[in-house]
Order: sequence, then structure tokens, then C-alpha cells
Amino acid sequence: MRGDLLDVKDLKVVFYTYRGIIKALNGVNVWMNHGERLGIIGETGCGKSVTSLAIMNLIEQPGEIVEGDVFFEGQSMQKMSKDEIYKIRGREMSMIFQEPISALNPVMKVGYQVAESVSITNGIPIKDAYPEVFKILEMVGLDAKRTMKLYPHELSGGMAQRVMIAMALVVHPKLLIADEPTSALDVTIQAQIMKLLDELVSEMGNAVILITHDMGVAAEFCDKVAVMYAGNVVEYGDIFEIFDHPLHPYTKGLLMAVPKVGRSEELVGISGSVPDLVNPPSGCRFHPRCPQAMKICEKSLPPLVEVEPNHYVACYLYSQEGEKT
Amino acid sequence: MKIEVVSDTLVEVKSLKKYFPLSRGPFRKPLQVKAVDDVSFKIPRKSIFAIVGESGSGKTTLARTVLRLIEPTAGKILYKDEDLTKMNLKELRKFRKKMQIISQDPYNSLHPRKLVKDIVGEGLKIHFHMSSNEIMDKVKETLERVGLREEHMFRYPHEFSGGQRQRIATARAIVLKPEFLVLDEPTSALDVSVQAIILKMLKELKDSLDLTYLFITHDLAVVDYMADYVAVMYLGQIVEMGTKEEIFNQTSHPYTYLLMNSIPNPDPHLRKKKTIPKGEIPSSVNPPSGCRFHTRCPYAKKICEEKALPFVNLSETHFVRCHFPLSKKM
Repeated sequence: MRGDLLDVKDLKVVFYTYRGIIKALNGVNVWMNHGERLGIIGETGCGKSVTSLAIMNLIEQPGEIVEGDVFFEGQSMQKMSKDEIYKIRGREMSMIFQEPISALNPVMKVGYQVAESVSITNGIPIKDAYPEVFKILEMVGLDAKRTMKLYPHELSGGMAQRVMIAMALVVHPKLLIADEPTSALDVTIQAQIMKLLDELVSEMGNAVILITHDMGVAAEFCDKVAVMYAGNVVEYGDIFEIFDHPLHPYTKGLLMAVPKVGRSEELVGISGSVPDLVNPPSGCRFHPRCPQAMKICEKSLPPLVEVEPNHYVACYLYSQEGEKT
Repeated sequence: MKIEVVSDTLVEVKSLKKYFPLSRGPFRKPLQVKAVDDVSFKIPRKSIFAIVGESGSGKTTLARTVLRLIEPTAGKILYKDEDLTKMNLKELRKFRKKMQIISQDPYNSLHPRKLVKDIVGEGLKIHFHMSSNEIMDKVKETLERVGLREEHMFRYPHEFSGGQRQRIATARAIVLKPEFLVLDEPTSALDVSVQAIILKMLKELKDSLDLTYLFITHDLAVVDYMADYVAVMYLGQIVEMGTKEEIFNQTSHPYTYLLMNSIPNPDPHLRKKKTIPKGEIPSSVNPPSGCRFHTRCPYAKKICEEKALPFVNLSETHFVRCHFPLSKKM
């Protein structure tokens, strides 16, 4: 076993649509230990959100996990019954979403929604859950007495995200999945939310998967990072290692494209565009856009291999098969 | 307030205001949303003037009002010393071809049922009364300029990716040989790898076609890459304005400083404790008294609540609207 909390092994997910079969995940490998913070970064359509949904076992029709498995604390989630999954989802792992206002139930007061979450986990009646609700809402920096009585549409984006964080953390999950928690928010509010999340998670010791397209957010929060492209993890490892010495041509390109305050060098983009996953390129899915593509890249998919301690990359530039061609 | 600039001015905005009425039903007096409240600036020819602010700061309203796509409530917009606000629509049309806009969302700003050649060529038909052959040649040339190919002329917008659509929008804007382009968050809907390419293209076009840009964005890192002059907006007002170097190296308004501090830095070695503004941006229906930022400002004193300040000159080009500008203290 590679990670004692979570091990995602060769996960393949497809979606059946009228246009054809979308091969959304093409053998994703990623793993983490208790208390670690993993960032999953990548651009639109790379499969970051599908990965998180698959980890939560939330892939539903027309989607399907066709291959691979997710091991949570060593147990195969594919082999679990529905009841066993219910015991894990929402208790051992919980999730916060990108659009906090639409993730909340619009016709229920905030206090009730958080209380529901408390009552289900602790097995107590909803009316007994309110003291706990009060405590957690104060903890996320809200005026608990007032906020409990509000409906979601009366909250600002920042407040709604705080409520979501409260709901997700009140169950003391072992794993918190945050799917683009701040990308709908302004930078100043984003900074507040990330700071809050950092403080709470440090205190409670949860492991976190942070899904983001923003290298900056990942750089400030995570211990480890997995870079995804078109349904594959192309690079995975320690965040310092990857940001200092990116190996995969896609990671290199991505880091060069990020504008930075005080950075004088020219921006370099990646030419071409993200492939259509109904008909993805053969072999390494990045090869049509890769400046260093070789013959073998078209033919077969490079495996994710450890090239330095704690630094994995899926690219033939760094393996023996690549050198032979 | 006066701004002296070395080069000549293409567009000057003088105490521009745009209030939107907010109806509260038939028996109550309507309120006003002060989206843009007394904004003045000058855009020197061939420069990139960036306006940066968070959502609700009024930057998009300002961009549209400058082109008179929205009628201003008060104020003047001078384009080469001619006042756009005084013109009737017929007179305005002559100026329309000199001023173009590229908007934020490339998915909604292109007509879904028109071919690319018609989208790009329509302005030529309207403003220059060209024949269809001339239009075709011109469209082809312009598409090549923005990195598209001839065969793209006969496709519909849905066949393109976000980055390519933004290229089409750019082609539509530059085909009329404008002098002034308003770019309203042109890359905020795009991924970073594509954003980098589009920003670079816009910069090159500006140099080769001698354009002047009004660049609206919420991203200070993009401002640093693109701009010559920067104005920071908060709740309908400009709080600080100056050359890029002044804004980034001698940051004076606490809001500008905190905004810069809030940007996540894509370098894990530079993690630091941050000072960030407390609370959230207040409503522009009923903005705070005095300095509008005082409710969130960590340095606010009593006077900030009571008295708003006009602009203070820090240098010939650097202005700040604050009782206690930071760069003076340091």
C-alpha cells in the first residue's frame, strides 16, 4: 500500500454521452497519508473534479468506474456495500464545493442544515445538535446567532463558503476534499477563506485534498501536489520538489505560464488546446502539444515512476524505454 | 484633480458618474446603486491603462460607460478633446469604429449562428461600406494576424476553444483599425496556459498597430505583466492611481497593499503570514461614510470614518485617496 489513508489505483472513469464515450480518467494514480495536504492541480477538463467525485464514490449514471479502485484506509471502496460507503462518506470524508451558495439547500435555514449534518453523524435528534452548530459556526468566523437564522440566498459567497466548511468539518472527517473552494470568490475573500481553512485543519489534523487551477493557492497550502492533464496524473510528489524542479513538459509549461507580480520574464504559454476526451490522442495524451515528444509517446502511455525520492513523473523523457527510441 | 502626463492624451474621463436606479416597489423612493462615482483619469496615447478591482467595484460599468454603451449619469468623456457625452448617436457612430471592446466571456460575446467571416466582417460592412470581396480579403488578413487560418472563416463559434474564440473577438475588434480598445477581463475565462498566449498576442498587437488599451482586470499579476498605468478601484471610486512602478513599488493606499498581499504566490518557498482585509466589500447602494474602505482597513482611524479625502498627489503621476498613505510613513 502506497498511502495509509488513501490510495487511488489505476482509476479509469468514463461517461456515456450521445457524442460518444468520454474517457474522463485514464488510469489515475495518487495516494496520501493521514494528515497530509495534497493539491490536485490542472486546467479545465483535466479530470480533477471527476477524481474527487470518484474518491467520494459519487460517480453516477451516465458515468462509471470501469477499472481501478480507491482504497480508503486499506479497504477497497469498489467492494464495499452501499451501507459501508454511507458510513464513510460524510463521516470519514467530507467535501466542500466550488459554488457554495448552490451547494446549500435554498429552502432551509443555515442552522438547520448544519444541525442535520451533526445529528446524522452523532446519532442525536436535530434539536439537540444546535449547541454544536453554534460552536462550529463561531469557529469559522461567523456571527453564529445571526447566521443560523439566515437562508443561503442571504449569505455572501464568502459567508456561504464558511458555512460549507463548518458543515464539512463538524463531523471531524479524516479526509476533507475541497473542490476549488475559492475560485468563485474575490482575492481578498479567497485569502480569508484559505487562512481559515489552514488554521482549522492544522488544529484538527485532517488530511486535505485541495483541487485547484490556481498554482498560487496550491503553493501556499499543500505538502504534496499531483499535476493532472487530460485524465492522467502526469507528475506527483513533494510540492517544493515539483515547483523547484518540474520534470514533465506540461508542468514546466504550466509554471512558465503563470503571471506573477514582480516577475519580469516573458510569459510562455502552451500552444494548442486541451484534447477532446471522446477521442483522446493515443499514448501520452500530452504528446500533440509537447515540445519534446518522441516516437514512443504516440504509441504507449508512460507509467508514473519515481525518478527522485518523493517525485514521480509519467514521461518517457525520464525512463529507459524513452532512451531506447 | 489633474494628471499631467508626458505624452499626449487619447481619452480623458472627467468626474464620470453612473448611478443605476434600484426600484423598491411603487410606493417607495427608488434607491441608487452608485456603480461609478466620480471617476477621473487620462489615458495617454499608445499606453496600456489598467483598472483593477474586485467584483462590485464598478470596473466593468466604467469600461462600458467610457464607450457610451451605457449612458453616464454625469461627467465628461473626452476622446481627442471631443466630448462623447454631448454627441447624438449619428455623430457618435463616426467614433465607434475608432473604439472597440473585447469582452470577458468569449462564449456569449460571439453570435452563435453567424459564421466567423460574418462576425469579423460585419463592422466593415457597416462602417466602410466595402464590397464582399474586399471584406473577405480583409477578414482573412486579420484572422492571420491573430493566429487563425483562412479555413476558420467558414466555421461557427461553437467549433472553437475559449482561446480561439477570444482570438476571433480580437479580430473583430481590430479589423476596423481602431485606435482605442477596451479589454474587459479578456482572459479571466481562460486557463493559464492559454491566458499567457492571448496576453502576449494582445501586447504584440498593441505595438504593431499603435493601439491604446483600457485594460480591466481583477488580477494584479496580469496588471504587472501588461500595464503602463494602473488605477485601483474600490466601491465605484479610484483609490490609487499611478504608473505601474509607482503602484507596485511605492504602494500607498492600504487597499492596494492588502490586495497585493492577498494574491497567492505560486512559489511554496514564499509562504508567509499575511495581512488581509477583514470583512467583505460593502454594498454600493449605501457606501460607508468618509473613506469607503474604512470598514475593512486595518489602519483606519476616526477621521477616516468622518471625512472622505480628495486625491493627494504623491508625485506628478501618482495619486492616492487616503488620510494616511503608506509610502509616506515608510
